[in-house]
Amino acid sequence: MQLELALQLLRQSGHELPAGKPGSTPWLQGLIDSLVDMSSRDALTGLANRRSFELALGREIDRVARIGEPALLLALDIDHFKLVNDTHGHASGDCVLKAVAQALLESVRPMDLVARVGGEEFAIVMPNCPSSFGEAVAERVRRRIEAMPVNIGLSQQLRVSVSVGGAFAPQWVRSSPQLWIERADLQLYRAKAQGRNRVCLEPAAVSVVSAEEKALLFGISQYQDIE
Amino acid sequence: MSATAVRQPTSNSPPRAARARITAVTSGKGGVGKTFVTANLAAALARQGRRVLVLDADLGLANLDVVLNLAPKVTLHEVFTGKGVLQEAIVPAPGGFSALLAGSGMIEYSRMTPEVRDQFTRVIEQVAPRYDHVLLDTGAGISDVVLYAVSLADDVLVVVTPEPTSMTDAYATIKVLAATQARRELNLVVNQTRELGEERAVRGQLQQVVDRFVNPTLDSPVRLELLGHVPLDIAVRDAVLRRELLLEAMPGAPAALAVVALATRLVG
Repeated sequence: MQLELALQLLRQSGHELPAGKPGSTPWLQGLIDSLVDMSSRDALTGLANRRSFELALGREIDRVARIGEPALLLALDIDHFKLVNDTHGHASGDCVLKAVAQALLESVRPMDLVARVGGEEFAIVMPNCPSSFGEAVAERVRRRIEAMPVNIGLSQQLRVSVSVGGAFAPQWVRSSPQLWIERADLQLYRAKAQGRNRVCLEPAAVSVVSAEEKALLFGISQYQDIE
Repeated sequence: MSATAVRQPTSNSPPRAARARITAVTSGKGGVGKTFVTANLAAALARQGRRVLVLDADLGLANLDVVLNLAPKVTLHEVFTGKGVLQEAIVPAPGGFSALLAGSGMIEYSRMTPEVRDQFTRVIEQVAPRYDHVLLDTGAGISDVVLYAVSLADDVLVVVTPEPTSMTDAYATIKVLAATQARRELNLVVNQTRELGEERAVRGQLQQVVDRFVNPTLDSPVRLELLGHVPLDIAVRDAVLRRELLLEAMPGAPAALAVVALATRLVG
């Protein structure tokens, strides 16, 4: 048993130690609960970590398929984060990560799940978010970060921005968390490619066929075999 | 027992799968011969010794009953509303396959609700172990119900004619399926071809637009497989007007032979 190590880890991560007589069932239950909480959080920011995020996403996609309620997944990435680390040091980088995490939590509803899924990558799962609100919600998160000064050291302040990609879960339709993440990530890449500090959401009306598409569909002689 | 008309398996029939392969037949545009292809494909598969069920997944505007000239008392409508049992709704169709019809009054199910979803899933789960192949005849358009029906299928068959409107709607369907489901391979059936090689030209045009506008947005590209074509054939119109299956009425017609070839390629 690595009980002593478990207790040390909990103490170090700021968790309360289990109440009751050491070794008793309630004490062990308290210990397991605290360990579960610790292992589902990111150590630096206290947000949900990648593991618990993926579990939550799986639950949400099942719920959306069952109830048909719209749900939005946002993928966020701090712009030029490497530059912050290189210029101001890793301690400053950590300050930025913590400040962004806190700002993300404050810019969404309590029911939304904010997670740190990688180095400077974050994700937000937003259940029951109508598609007409998607743009406004994502934009509010982006502006919040943009407007926030980050204190590094006593007299220095930094400004950071985030790029945001988003995709709605396919309603009614069998899908997977992986596919949902891919779709949100793809929009994040678009936001990065378009110059960062912006929001790109997956267009909802994919069934619309544009004039360009029609031109290509019928532009070339229909009977020409292009194979 | 209503299954007596269904062709019994013979000794040289294909091995039995534990669960039916589910194929969704869709088109985007209505009136391109989707139900014609579905019903005759089912008859062709049944002739090859397979146990086949055609399910009318066009809940809002079903017309499989018209094509097959069937008017069962118990339909999906009764099953969904608890007024009938599933087994009674499965009826033998001409052509040696079974049919599960939507029935009139299904218009109330043309919008997807959790209830419809659950009923639909339950029906599929119950029929899948009892057949080799289930064909879902989906509605026209790209509604929630169509997308949901397609999401239940193992593979998708898109029926398209060489007309610009049909090709546009087929393309829109392919786009939505690629974006909302992890569909990367879609089977194409070009109906009502008028000249040699036209089906390859239609597939080529669609693939070209998919490559240019859809595939760059995806992690892996969508590929359209040309399953085959059905030539424009006056015999089709005659059979439809007589409310008979082409494979029963005129099995030697060019269109009938083409459907048999489709069936062979689908399972081959």
